[in-house]
Amino acid sequence: MSQVDYIAPKEDHLMPRQLEEEDVNHFKSIVGESGVLTTDIEGYNTDWLGKYKGQSQLVLRPKNTQQISDILKHCNQRKLAVVPQAGNTGLVGGSVPVFDEIVLSTNLMNQIKSFDDVSGTLVCQSGCILEQLNEKVMEHGYIMPLDLAAKGSCQIGGNLATSAGGIRYLRYKSLHANVLGMEFVLPDGTIVDTLKSIRKDNTGYHLPHLMIGSEGTLGIITAVSMSVPSKPKSVNVVYLAVDSFEKIQLIYRAAKLHLGEILSAFEFFDAKCRDLVVKHGANDPLDQPYSFYLVIETHGSEGSHDQDKLSKFFEHVLEEQHATDGTMSTDETQAKALWRMRESISECLRREGGTRLYKYDVSMPLPIMYKLVSDTKERLGSEAQVFGFGHLGDDNLHLNIIIPENQLEMVDLIEPFVYEWTQQHNGSISAEHGVGMMKRDYLKFSQTEQSIQMMRLIKKAIDPNNIMNPYKMFTV
Amino acid sequence: MRILVGVKRVIDYAVSIRVKPDFSGVVKDNVKMSMNPFDEIALEAGVKLKEAGVATEIVSVSIGPEKSVDILRTALAKGSDRAIHIQHDENVEVEPLAVAKLLKKVVEKEQPQMVLLGKQAIDDDACQTPQILSSLLKWQQATFASKIDVSEDKSTAEVTREVDGGLETLKIKLPAVVSCDLRLNEPRFANLKAIMAAKKKPLEVLKMGEMGVDTENRIKVLKVTEPQKRQGGGKVADVNELYDKLKNEAKLL
Repeated sequence: MSQVDYIAPKEDHLMPRQLEEEDVNHFKSIVGESGVLTTDIEGYNTDWLGKYKGQSQLVLRPKNTQQISDILKHCNQRKLAVVPQAGNTGLVGGSVPVFDEIVLSTNLMNQIKSFDDVSGTLVCQSGCILEQLNEKVMEHGYIMPLDLAAKGSCQIGGNLATSAGGIRYLRYKSLHANVLGMEFVLPDGTIVDTLKSIRKDNTGYHLPHLMIGSEGTLGIITAVSMSVPSKPKSVNVVYLAVDSFEKIQLIYRAAKLHLGEILSAFEFFDAKCRDLVVKHGANDPLDQPYSFYLVIETHGSEGSHDQDKLSKFFEHVLEEQHATDGTMSTDETQAKALWRMRESISECLRREGGTRLYKYDVSMPLPIMYKLVSDTKERLGSEAQVFGFGHLGDDNLHLNIIIPENQLEMVDLIEPFVYEWTQQHNGSISAEHGVGMMKRDYLKFSQTEQSIQMMRLIKKAIDPNNIMNPYKMFTV
Repeated sequence: MRILVGVKRVIDYAVSIRVKPDFSGVVKDNVKMSMNPFDEIALEAGVKLKEAGVATEIVSVSIGPEKSVDILRTALAKGSDRAIHIQHDENVEVEPLAVAKLLKKVVEKEQPQMVLLGKQAIDDDACQTPQILSSLLKWQQATFASKIDVSEDKSTAEVTREVDGGLETLKIKLPAVVSCDLRLNEPRFANLKAIMAAKKKPLEVLKMGEMGVDTENRIKVLKVTEPQKRQGGGKVADVNELYDKLKNEAKLL
């Protein structure tokens, strides 16, 4: 079936029917020959981390909502399971088949329908790549409300289905706050169109919000209308070296106080992350290594005001000796170089660890956040490589562990330890990465049984045949 | 040894340029402005010479509108000791000849042993100021420098230049004008403590109109347009079709 550390689903393979010739021909009549792939589909079957591998025999690439509706209608009648797949950059094994579910890809649904540059309203298909959307709205003086390292490959539909967070979350908030309307298709092929562009609409259940974060288990998102923020006139990127996690908290308070409304991103990473990215080619702007690093970005409407705020902030952190060293970008090229130190961590971890990499995404109160990293280091011993980084301003830690070769049993020391630790400190076992396959059996660490029961009720009502991304998120 | 470094405020290198709808120029409103990348390299070269004990003082100079002061503060944060701002009104274009004449005035006052400039500015790509300045001063020049070595007695410098055929090394007498090319060095990040300290470093503001230099424009921009969009290529089926296209479409045969 799949990878070494793979958590096998407890229920049996639920696909009662085999995929038959007639099914494939029927799909060809919907999306054309070019929309049906049966060979060279390993990329669709494997997740970005290379940890989860499915055995789908069929990938479908529709171009519009009607085609998706026709496909799902047929799949529902024939009880054929389907995995909706966007950019396939998810980190919890939610976007690839477990067995031979059909992959329903939104790769070809990349049309921008409209952009109104007075209201800043973007309407587009769900397969648009985030970075391309950002470039498009930037031409009009706007930016996308979210930004993450996977921006060059991830699609907005996937971002919505996983309720993606990212480095701008601190300032521009979650997708729930920015989505105006959505078009999605239910498992039986019904097209639900709430694609309005008005800001306030309080008429009944907020259906798009149910779809946000549903990870493809309730239907497939086909289009979205969202309100995007104005592009800030003044952007500054600050890079600080700090020698303790306690001092980081003091700097965070100072940032909120002195930078106030212009604070847009507050990210951190530890020395181990810094050494890793430098090993893989990044240039450290500071000339010696330190224990912790902060990347802070400000967005403001007037450069000189921002400079005043930043001056006060620097004076404070330098006089109080909260920061040991630091730098600030003086142009766009330098800004990108500073962000590279933080944004390339995920890619470097993947290259360094491969299948020995274990990623955890937790949220918990700031004061104890790094204690999880140190406790994990102590528990696993010196042979394991433990990395801590994340969206400090959102109380979100990304704990990453690379276990040594031939010591698979170390995983038993990590799980459920990390989840139990998080639960004990009233945190979330998945701050932003979602549940997928990886955390399916650990949901109880962050949700009550009653909550999970209600999720099952909703799932059963909308997807009675359990064809939409089965085996994921929770057991039915 | 004092070094004078010229720095210019231009549209940031990473920004996508757009032409104005009336074709009179490029859009500059709300567009990020930064120090010309080649000037950053020139400044870095000067600061490195100071750190090596060769130069004793780095003075940065910029000719520009009010906001050019930001560029000079950056220069001070990156190692310049003093800065001079020759200020003019918004929306005034200063051509290389005028820039060279103004720099000559500064040179006469500051008496540097070397003037370091970027090889060209990325907005007009003129690549004229260093050469004109050297001629006005009757100083030797070495342009497109990728390596600068100053002699022990600081009377000469050996400069390696990037030229079409490869690399050329010249020995020039100081004082001289040197313009800097891409491979000379990698500009540093401005350290936080230096950014704070830069606020206290001397920055002198002079009015361009009061410098006694003729800065009248001699060039008029008629039209600015985007370059022709690259046409997609095509595949030919066989040699006959290739011949036909070369002869009848491209008219090369």
